[in-house]
Amino acid sequence: MNPLWALVPPLLVIPFIIFFGERRRNLREASIIIAGIVLLGINDRIYSAVKAGELVESGELSLLANFSLRLSAEPMGVLFGLLASFLWVVTTVYSIGYMRGHDEQNQTRFYCCFALAIACVMGAAYADNLLTLFVAYEAITLSTFPLVTHAGNDASRKAGRLYLLLLMCGSIGLFLPAVIWIATAAGTLDFRVGGILSDSGMSQLSVGVLLGLCVFGVGKAAVMPMHRWLPAAMVAPTPVSALLHAVAVVKTGVFTLLKMVTYTFGIDMVSTSGVANVVLPVVAFTVIASSIIAFTKDNLKARLAYSTISQLSYIVMAALLATTMSVTGGALHIVMHAFGKITLFFCAGAIMVSLHKTQISDLDGMGRRMPVTMVCFFIGALGIIGLPPASGVWSKLLIAGGSLEAGNAIWLAVLMLSTILNIAYLLPIPLRAFFKPAAPGQSVDVCEAPFASLWAIVVTATVCVLLFVFPQPLIELLGLIQWR
Amino acid sequence: MIADQLPALQIVIPMLAAPLCVLIRRSFVCWCIAVLANVLVLATSWAIFKQVQSEGVIRYALGGWAAPTGIEYYIDSMNAIMLLLVSFISCVVVVYAHETVRKSVQTGKHYLFYAAWMLCLTGLLGISITGDAFNVFVFLEISSLSMYMLIAFGSDRRALSASFRYLIMGSIGASFILIGIGFLYAATGALNMVDIASRIPDAQSQRAVLVAFSFLTIGLMIKSAVFPLHGWLANAYQHAPIAVTAFLAGTATKVSLYVLLRFFFSIFGTNYSFGGMLLNVVLLPAAVAGFVLMSLVAIFQSDLRRMLAYSSVAQIGYIIAAFCLASQAGLTAGIVHIINHGIIKTALFMSVGCIIYRVGHAHSDSLDNLFKKMPFTVCAFIFSGLGLIGVPLTAGFISKFSLISASMERGWWMIGVLVLLSSLFAIVYVGRVVEIMLFRKARTDNPQPTGLREAPLLMLVPMYVLLAVSVWVGISGSATLSVASDAAAALLGGYQ
Repeated sequence: MNPLWALVPPLLVIPFIIFFGERRRNLREASIIIAGIVLLGINDRIYSAVKAGELVESGELSLLANFSLRLSAEPMGVLFGLLASFLWVVTTVYSIGYMRGHDEQNQTRFYCCFALAIACVMGAAYADNLLTLFVAYEAITLSTFPLVTHAGNDASRKAGRLYLLLLMCGSIGLFLPAVIWIATAAGTLDFRVGGILSDSGMSQLSVGVLLGLCVFGVGKAAVMPMHRWLPAAMVAPTPVSALLHAVAVVKTGVFTLLKMVTYTFGIDMVSTSGVANVVLPVVAFTVIASSIIAFTKDNLKARLAYSTISQLSYIVMAALLATTMSVTGGALHIVMHAFGKITLFFCAGAIMVSLHKTQISDLDGMGRRMPVTMVCFFIGALGIIGLPPASGVWSKLLIAGGSLEAGNAIWLAVLMLSTILNIAYLLPIPLRAFFKPAAPGQSVDVCEAPFASLWAIVVTATVCVLLFVFPQPLIELLGLIQWR
Repeated sequence: MIADQLPALQIVIPMLAAPLCVLIRRSFVCWCIAVLANVLVLATSWAIFKQVQSEGVIRYALGGWAAPTGIEYYIDSMNAIMLLLVSFISCVVVVYAHETVRKSVQTGKHYLFYAAWMLCLTGLLGISITGDAFNVFVFLEISSLSMYMLIAFGSDRRALSASFRYLIMGSIGASFILIGIGFLYAATGALNMVDIASRIPDAQSQRAVLVAFSFLTIGLMIKSAVFPLHGWLANAYQHAPIAVTAFLAGTATKVSLYVLLRFFFSIFGTNYSFGGMLLNVVLLPAAVAGFVLMSLVAIFQSDLRRMLAYSSVAQIGYIIAAFCLASQAGLTAGIVHIINHGIIKTALFMSVGCIIYRVGHAHSDSLDNLFKKMPFTVCAFIFSGLGLIGVPLTAGFISKFSLISASMERGWWMIGVLVLLSSLFAIVYVGRVVEIMLFRKARTDNPQPTGLREAPLLMLVPMYVLLAVSVWVGISGSATLSVASDAAAALLGGYQ
C-alpha cells in the first residue's frame, strides 16, 4: 500500500466539485461523500497494513540536495489520518444541512478548498520527514485561508489577515529556522526512532532554544502568545470551525510537535535534559489562562475556541513531558478531543441555523426546542471535561499518569485545575438550556436543525461514548510506536 | 560541423534578426521573425548547455583568431546557465509581447520595437558568453542602449523621463566599468579574462588594480541595482511597456550580477576580492539593508509594478548576500536564486501585464474581486507570489532554504534571521494584493472598466509555460541545485 493513495481521493474530487458546481449541488456533495468514504477505506487499508507490521511507504521526490519529500505510515500518523478522513465524511454531511440552511455564497469554492485542505492533512499525517511535514503544514495554512475569509466581509477579511499573519510569521519566522537548524546540525530531516539529534553534539541550551522555536513556531498548536488567530478564525462558517479549527488545522500543529518530540528530538533527550522546563510553564499558563478566558465569553463559538486553545496545550504539555505514557496520551487526546469538540461545534452551528442564536445567555430553556442537539452537547462537554461515559477520560488519565511518570506533580495539578474550570464553563450551557425557563414571549415548538446536520451530530456524539467503552484498538495502535 | 559553431550562432542569429525587422517593417512579420530567432537562440543555448554539461568548458575563438589577438568566447557551466535563462525568458516574453505591443505601441513603430528587442537580447547573450573583458563592455552598451529605447516605448509620457534617468545612471555605471577594464588592461596588459586572471596575482600590489577593482565594484552595483544604487529601477519598471518590464526584470539585472560574479570570483579571485579587498564588508551591509528596507518599502506601494520593482531590489539583495558568503554553499544559493527569481519575477510581471492590458493600469485600488473577471491571471499572480514569499514547493523556497542554510554553515546567523524577516514583509505585500483580488467586494465607485474579461490567450499561454517551469524548478529543486553547484565550483576554482 502506497500512502500516496491517501492524497488521491480529496484531490481527484476537486474537478468534480467544480464541474458539478452550484447547478447540480446534490451531485457535487454526493461526489465529496464518495471521495470521503474511499479515503476512509484507503486509510483503513493502511491501518491494517501497519498493524500487521508491513512497511507502508511511498517513493521519494528529491526537493533539495539531501532532503526529499516522502510519505510513510507510522502509528500516530495512521491514527490522525483515520480521524481526519472519518470526520471529513461526517462534516460534509453536516455542511449540506448547514450551508443550505444558512444560504452561504460561493459553496463550490468552499468545498474545493475544504477538499484541498484534507489532502494536505493527509500529507502531514503520513509525512516521513520533517521537510514533508513542513511543506504540508504550510499548504494547510494556505488552503484554509479562503475558508476563513469565506464570508468576504470586513470582519472575516480581518480575521483572515490575522490568521495568515500569525501562522505564516510563526512558521517562516520561527519554525523554518528550526528546521534548517536541525538540517545543518543533524545532516538529515528524517523521522527516525529515537530521534536524530542525540549524536549531533548540540548543547542543552541549543536544544532548549530549538524546542522553543518549534513550540512557538508551530502556531497551529496555539500556545500563547501565538493563539490569537484561533478565536478570530471563528468567523468562518461553522463546518470550517468544526473540522478545521477543532480537528484538522490545530491538530496538525500538535501532531507536528508530538512527531518531532518522538522522532526528531527523541523522548529521552527532551525528558532527561530538562530543556522542556523553560517552555512548560508557558504551556501550563496557556492551559489555565485560556480556560479562564473561555469562562468569560458569552459567545458560544468564542467560548469553544478558547476551550480548544486550552485543550491543545494539554497535548503540547504531553509532548514536552516526553514520557511514553504522556506522548501516548497526547496522541490519544488528539482523537478524543476531536470527537468531543466537533460535537460541540456542530451543536453550536445547529443552534445558529435553527434558532439564530449565538450567545450563551440566550439559550435559556432552549433544551426543549432542540432536545437531541442539547443532549449531544452535553455528551460532547463530558468528553472535553474527561468524565465518564465520554471518551476524554482515557487520554486525560494517560497524560496525568505521564506527568507523574515525569516526576513532577505540578503539571498534574495544572491538569486538574483546568478540569474544574472545564466543568465550570461547559456544563452550565446544557444545564441552562434544560432547566432554566425560556424568556417570556418566545416560541416553544421543537425546532431541530436540518436532518443532515442532526445526523452528523448524533454520529459524533455516539462515537464519543463508543470510544469510552472501546478505547482498546486505539491504544493498541499507539502501542506499536517505537520509542527508542 | 554546426555543433562547433554554436557559440557564434548564439550571437549572430538575434543580431541578424534586428536589421531584418527594420527592413521588413510589417508588424506581424517582424514579430514572427523575432519569435523564430528567439526559438533558434533557445535551441542553441540548450545545445550549448548540454555540451558544457557533458564535455566541460567550451572555448571558441571568434573568426578563428586565437585568444590574445582575437576575441574568445568562454563558456563554462555558469555562462551556460545564463545563456539558457536569458534566451528562455526572452523567448517566452516575446511571444507574450505581441498583444501588448499591438495595444500600447504606436502602430508605425512596431518594427523598431522588435529590432531593439533583438539587439537587447544580443547584448545580454553576448555579455553572458564572452571571455573578453572589453567585449563585455561592448555588449553591455548594446544591451543598455536598446533597453533605453525599449523603455521609452512606454505609452505613458513618464516613460521618457524614466528612460532618461536609466540612461544617465546606466551610462555612469557603464563608464565606471569601462574605466575599471581600462585600468586592468594597463596593469596586466591583457583583455582576455583568462589572461587577466592569471596575471592578477603578480599585479595585485599595483595601485591600478586597486582602482580598477573599485570602479568595477561601483559600476556593477549600479548596473545590477544593488541598494542604495537602485534609483533607476523603480521608474524604469513602472513606466516601460509591460512586456519590456517582464523581460528587463528577468534578465538585465541578472546578467549584471553574472558579470559581478565573473569579475570578483574568476578574474580577481575569491582570495583577493573577499580576503584582500574585504568586498563583503562593502557589499554585505548594502545587501542586507537592501532586502530588509526594500521589502518594507514594497509594502507601501499602491502600484503593483512599483511594488514588484522594490521587491526586485530586495531579491537582488538576497543574491548579493549569498555571494558575500563566498563559500560553495553560498554561491550555489546565489546562483539558484538568480535562476529562480528570474523566472518568478518575470511570471509576476507578466500577470501584472495581463491586468494592465485589461484594466489599463495596476493600482491596487482597482483590483477589487478581480478573481471573478480574470481567474487565470489572478491564479498566476498568486502562484508566483507564493514563490516570491518562499512557500515550500515553490522555486523561492529552494533558494531561501539554501541561502539560510549556507549562512548558518558560515555561522552568520543574523543573515538567516533577516532573510526570514524580509520574507515576512513579502507575505504582507503579496498577501495584501491577493486579499484585494480575491475577497474585496467591488465597490460602487469602482474604477474598473466595464466588460472586463480574461486576458487574450496569446498572453496567458506563455505566462503559464513560465509558471509550469517555475513549478518544476520548485518541485525538483535538486536539478537546479546541482547545476548551480557545478557553476559555483567552477567560479570558486578560478580558470584552469
